Amino acid sequence: MPGKGGIIREFNRNKVLFLMVAPTLLFFLIFSYIPMVGVYYAFTKFDFDGGLFGSEFIGLKNFEFLYKSGILWNLTKNTVLYNLAFIILGNIMQVICAIFLAQLSSKFFKKTAQSLMFLPYFLSWVLVGAFVFNLFSDFGVINTLLKQLGLQPYDFYLQTTPWKYIIVFFNIWKGIGYGTVIYLAAIMSISDEYYEAAKIDGANIFQQIRRITLPLLMPTFILLILFSLGGIMKGQFDLFYQIIGNNGMLYDVTDIIDTYVFRSLTVNFDIGMGTAAGLYQSFFGFVIIMLVNYIIKKTREEYALF
Amino acid sequence: MSTEIETLPKVRRMRKKSTRIKDDKETLIFNLIGYTLLSLISVICLIPFWLIVVGSFTDELEIISEGFKLFPSTVSFEAYKSVFSTPEQIYHAYSVTIGVTVVGSLLGLFLTSMAGYVLSRKDFAYRDSLSFFIYFTTLFSGGLIPWYIMMTKYLDLKDSYWALILPPLLSAWNIILMRSFMKSIPESIVESAKIDGAGDFRIYWKLILPLSTPGLATIGLFLGLGYWNDWFNANMFITSDQKFPLQFLLYKILSSAAVLQTNNGSYLAANVVPPTETLKMAVAVIATGPVILLYPFVQRYFVKGLTVGAVKG
Repeated sequence: MPGKGGIIREFNRNKVLFLMVAPTLLFFLIFSYIPMVGVYYAFTKFDFDGGLFGSEFIGLKNFEFLYKSGILWNLTKNTVLYNLAFIILGNIMQVICAIFLAQLSSKFFKKTAQSLMFLPYFLSWVLVGAFVFNLFSDFGVINTLLKQLGLQPYDFYLQTTPWKYIIVFFNIWKGIGYGTVIYLAAIMSISDEYYEAAKIDGANIFQQIRRITLPLLMPTFILLILFSLGGIMKGQFDLFYQIIGNNGMLYDVTDIIDTYVFRSLTVNFDIGMGTAAGLYQSFFGFVIIMLVNYIIKKTREEYALF
Repeated sequence: MSTEIETLPKVRRMRKKSTRIKDDKETLIFNLIGYTLLSLISVICLIPFWLIVVGSFTDELEIISEGFKLFPSTVSFEAYKSVFSTPEQIYHAYSVTIGVTVVGSLLGLFLTSMAGYVLSRKDFAYRDSLSFFIYFTTLFSGGLIPWYIMMTKYLDLKDSYWALILPPLLSAWNIILMRSFMKSIPESIVESAKIDGAGDFRIYWKLILPLSTPGLATIGLFLGLGYWNDWFNANMFITSDQKFPLQFLLYKILSSAAVLQTNNGSYLAANVVPPTETLKMAVAVIATGPVILLYPFVQRYFVKGLTVGAVKG
């Protein structure tokens, strides 16, 4: 790192390079760094006319309310538990698919299966909303089937339990191809010699997977899980909003920090409270990602994030 | 990395052939489970499309009396006729989406590749600190509300097309991915060009860009897909109907917050149920069609991007 005089010298030397990266730096300054100042709203009773520093400063009152009302606990619990389910179930499914894809011999089948599994990743979350409507509404396929079987139709929109599973299902559904591609690449980079040697020793395919593929895949698996855990405070807003929308009946089990912040802004106009919840999320998200990075750095330094 | 992926299956296939004679019981069981499980998952990935497509071709009356089905008993084109009876709204949404996608992807690609190039230059002293300046935005943010206030109050982007173009324009991940693509270009190329007297921008434009087409394709497609599927920014900022992009229009129609303007008046006389539920499905098909049609051709670029980007950021 050059000293102060160095900056000017470096700028003169690489003027064009600085100019080429300048629009990008400006972009992040405007859309990421300056809004960070706006977390000040979290400590105010927001006043529309007052602007950033015209609103009354109330210290930690917003956080206190969120904490005492139990909202914060419920939001945190939902956000973290859903993410845990997404991460753990998703990664396990992806590993299983990748192992089978790597071993099956029909090239046509492999290609087709991989293409079909990757397809949901390319679709908009709005379309996922359309699927949910087609499947679970009063006219939905599920209710048609129930009626055909002579059973009572089921009103999904009045029940909380099914939505937990629907949400987890669609998250795994959308991400399965993406993760499978990554694990498949990791399996493909395992040297064939291991398998040859195991075969000569008479190991069958299950033993090969247990003794070779799984152990050698473990570092990738743990690393990807750790990376995902770094984002455990970040909710999948699109998923929850497109599937649940503004159905207040389901908030107890489906409200995450992101949907709460969104509602504070667009429905309740509670800027101070919403910013407070957002800051809480960013702050603890930051702490967790630092922790994760520390763990990775201690164990496998070359994969540390920074 | 990418060459490994391409060559290894070949080796593996050869191995398979040589050992096929002694396919034992375990391998048979393994194959049975594998083919069954993967077929099942593939079908589950496909079913929703089937449902939407057949739903859009069902008679409205059947939906109302019996509901959506896996295999409907009627076939009807009424939903599509209805959508295209007054096609302006769909055309409008299509033009907005295509315009935003093209402008945003090209501009984003230009800025991302320039930044990626500068940050990949080993003789650029501030590459690490500037990379961190960009990367830090993925670690901490002010949250949705301060960002929203910035966009609307200070930049005055409410109901502007720029509110659709700017937010997805640059992402730290894309820049980092671009940087790792460009790091793999041999440094000697830059050095020899410099000796020949080429300026930095010229080197980037004439030498680096043509050499980074796989990376550009991947990131361009990531950007394009993001713009095409974006509904969130329209939801936050767009208020006038004629500026709705496709996905947001679909969202509005699905949530019944907006009614597609159709010539349904003519149905009253004909004693036919006007399509509403099937219409939602038809709009979903129309909004997703281009992605599905392009998918087979672009899939491999995404795979490449994922395998490069996932290994090391």
